[in-house]
Amino acid sequence: MTYYIIRRILYAFPLLLGVNILTFLLFFVVNTPDDMARMQLGEKRVTDEAVQQWKEQHGYDLPLLWNEEAHGSGKITETIFYSKSIGLFLFRFGRSDSGRNIGSDIYQRMWPSLAIAVPSLLFGLIANISFAVMMVFFRSTYFETWGGILCVIMMSVSTLFYIIFGQFVVGKFLQLVPISGYDTGLNAVKFMVLPVLTGVVSGLGSGTRWYRILFLEEVEKDYVRTARAKGLSEPRVLFTHVLQNALIPILTGVVVVLPTLFMGSLITESFFSIPGLGSYTIDAISAQDFAIVRSMVFLGSALYILGLLLTDISYTLVDPRIRLS
Amino acid sequence: MIPVFFWTDMLIFLLIAIGLLLGFRIAGNELLRRPWRKVARSRTGMVSLVVLLGFFVVGLLDTIHFRFAGSGSTGQEQQFDSEPLSLFDWWAAPLRASDEKTYSAPFAVQLYARELMLQEDSSKAWGYPRLRHGGAHLDDPEQERVADLLTTASFGTVKGLLAAALIGIGLCAIRSRSLNTDRIRENITEISKAQTEVPWRAMMVTLTLMLCVSWAVADLSLKYHVFGTDKVGQDVLYQSLKSVRTGLVIGTVTTLIMLPFALSLGILAGYYRGWIDDIIQYLYTTLNSIPGVLLIAASILVVQVYMAKHEENFNTIAVRADTRLLFLCLILGITSWTGLCRLLRAETLKLREMEYVQAALTLGVKDHMILIRHILPNVFHIVLITVVLDFSGLVLAEAVLSYVNIGVDPTTNSWGNMINSARLEMAREPVVWWSLAAAFVFMFTLVLAANLFADAVRDAFDPRMNYLHL
Repeated sequence: MTYYIIRRILYAFPLLLGVNILTFLLFFVVNTPDDMARMQLGEKRVTDEAVQQWKEQHGYDLPLLWNEEAHGSGKITETIFYSKSIGLFLFRFGRSDSGRNIGSDIYQRMWPSLAIAVPSLLFGLIANISFAVMMVFFRSTYFETWGGILCVIMMSVSTLFYIIFGQFVVGKFLQLVPISGYDTGLNAVKFMVLPVLTGVVSGLGSGTRWYRILFLEEVEKDYVRTARAKGLSEPRVLFTHVLQNALIPILTGVVVVLPTLFMGSLITESFFSIPGLGSYTIDAISAQDFAIVRSMVFLGSALYILGLLLTDISYTLVDPRIRLS
Repeated sequence: MIPVFFWTDMLIFLLIAIGLLLGFRIAGNELLRRPWRKVARSRTGMVSLVVLLGFFVVGLLDTIHFRFAGSGSTGQEQQFDSEPLSLFDWWAAPLRASDEKTYSAPFAVQLYARELMLQEDSSKAWGYPRLRHGGAHLDDPEQERVADLLTTASFGTVKGLLAAALIGIGLCAIRSRSLNTDRIRENITEISKAQTEVPWRAMMVTLTLMLCVSWAVADLSLKYHVFGTDKVGQDVLYQSLKSVRTGLVIGTVTTLIMLPFALSLGILAGYYRGWIDDIIQYLYTTLNSIPGVLLIAASILVVQVYMAKHEENFNTIAVRADTRLLFLCLILGITSWTGLCRLLRAETLKLREMEYVQAALTLGVKDHMILIRHILPNVFHIVLITVVLDFSGLVLAEAVLSYVNIGVDPTTNSWGNMINSARLEMAREPVVWWSLAAAFVFMFTLVLAANLFADAVRDAFDPRMNYLHL
């Protein structure tokens, strides 16, 4: 087990290196720092001095991979690849193109993101599973047919509409909660209601369908037939036997997204102006701040890989039949 | 008039050609035809197919581009307009030309905002000025408007009914011909009682509804703005119809681009295993681990910088917008091929242990022949299901991406751009809701039809739904 985990952690390095090289190619080779400077400075006729000055300010005035002018190990370290990409491995994100410290920004903005993402996931899970269990319980009745139709209809509405309708009806028309914004401490709760609600509702259609299939598959199995043959009532079979066994795929499906919750949701956060990492990323994209986008790409990949690792580990914990090797 | 081909246009034509080729292939093979028969028997599937075809016709009309002769033709050389128009633009020319000053509500005859107007006695007063096009033919709008709306709509509906009746008769005739009977009346009773194998009645009802509604809307749109006008006074109906093409391009061209990669890499990884498998797995895990939206954002930024640098190659707005659309498809393809690749790899791993593949190996059949003859046809159903399932997701993704400003070009008509510009209007007092409503109606119909059709296809090709757990 320990051996396996160590091997998996080691395997994460080539993956992260791959991500790093890919972002390096995208940001520094396809587009040279000169292009970036011109784009940042905005005007069509930018003098070469201005470009040079911008590059110096942001530390892009180094060669890409190999510095001929430096001595010793400086040949490698005094390059853009080393200074901009390797630092990410140690989670040293450096400064953004507008001069802010990315690391401390991320640390600050992580919490609002989590405050929205965790309840959304939790309530969403509860809602999806309860609806799915109900649909399986009332299978081959009108309830299931109409429930299925409702799911498809809900799936076909864009997330954007859920948010806009939610903001309009709950926030503006009924005036129950503020439309957007965020606050510190307990005051944040009233700002969290609407984002979490829209998050849950928008995921309900596809989520219910997904879990329904999972439960249906489980209902066909032998142990369920045995339980029924023993004379257990259908609710008992469903809620104790089936639900317990279906929790294994549900759990592993959830574990994989856990680390990425830190990243927050781009759309929700920017709609509700929540100062989380999602809106941070969007702001960076619209301000064309390459340093922040690069950091977020790396952070997101690292968290995803961590999620994969956690999934494997959680598999062995909940299902002893699976041996990792 | 000279035809113009954008990159996305050509890819759509290529897609249609591939579709036709596959269609002929399937039609000539009973084994391949069987699952499609099942799709044809599904009522929701066929009804949604009719709706999808309606969207497809609009999108296709909007794909055939021409450069029309300009008005200012001087000298010997004929001048052409710099911005090409599509067949749809040409057909919907009245809609395109009927610009107003600013917002106006659906079926309105007056502007939505008050203006300082010159009165008859040359004094100035605040009031709602009449629209330039919407209801301009009415002398006394307050009295005549409702009656005019009703008559126009009912005339349109009647035209739609007539067209549907013609199509219905044609259908009966073709059907009796292919069944080798002359009894058309019997045929009509069969269809009207829904006793046919293919749900013709449901399809005809849908078609009739669609024809009636669209004809009524088309007739109305000549006199009014059916979905109102937006901030710069453009007809919202026209915008939403133009957006159909964008949605379809994103939904289909993306799959076309990713398919070769996913198919070849997935099959190779599953068939050869060993180090080839390792490399391909590494490749898709790496790509998969980058958050999709961020990869798209990064790539769109890169494309923008590239286009800013090579301005001379992207000289018109249309070319720029089209390039960006194509790149968006490309990048969406790159972020979405990994799922299919993984499914194909797992299926190939299973297939290569099958007796017939082993037999082919023992008989000395070359690897590439085994891959093409024995593996490829047997993973085809996975490809098809994924393609159909992905479509609606991609259409929805376009809206979200355009909202974040990393989607299609702001000048391209798309539902995402419509929502993006409309969301601030919800905060206005009184609310401007029609842009949003139009985007919602069109997008919802398309995505719902696509979802229902995808369900029918999936049920027919893979009733056990086991692909979910591969």
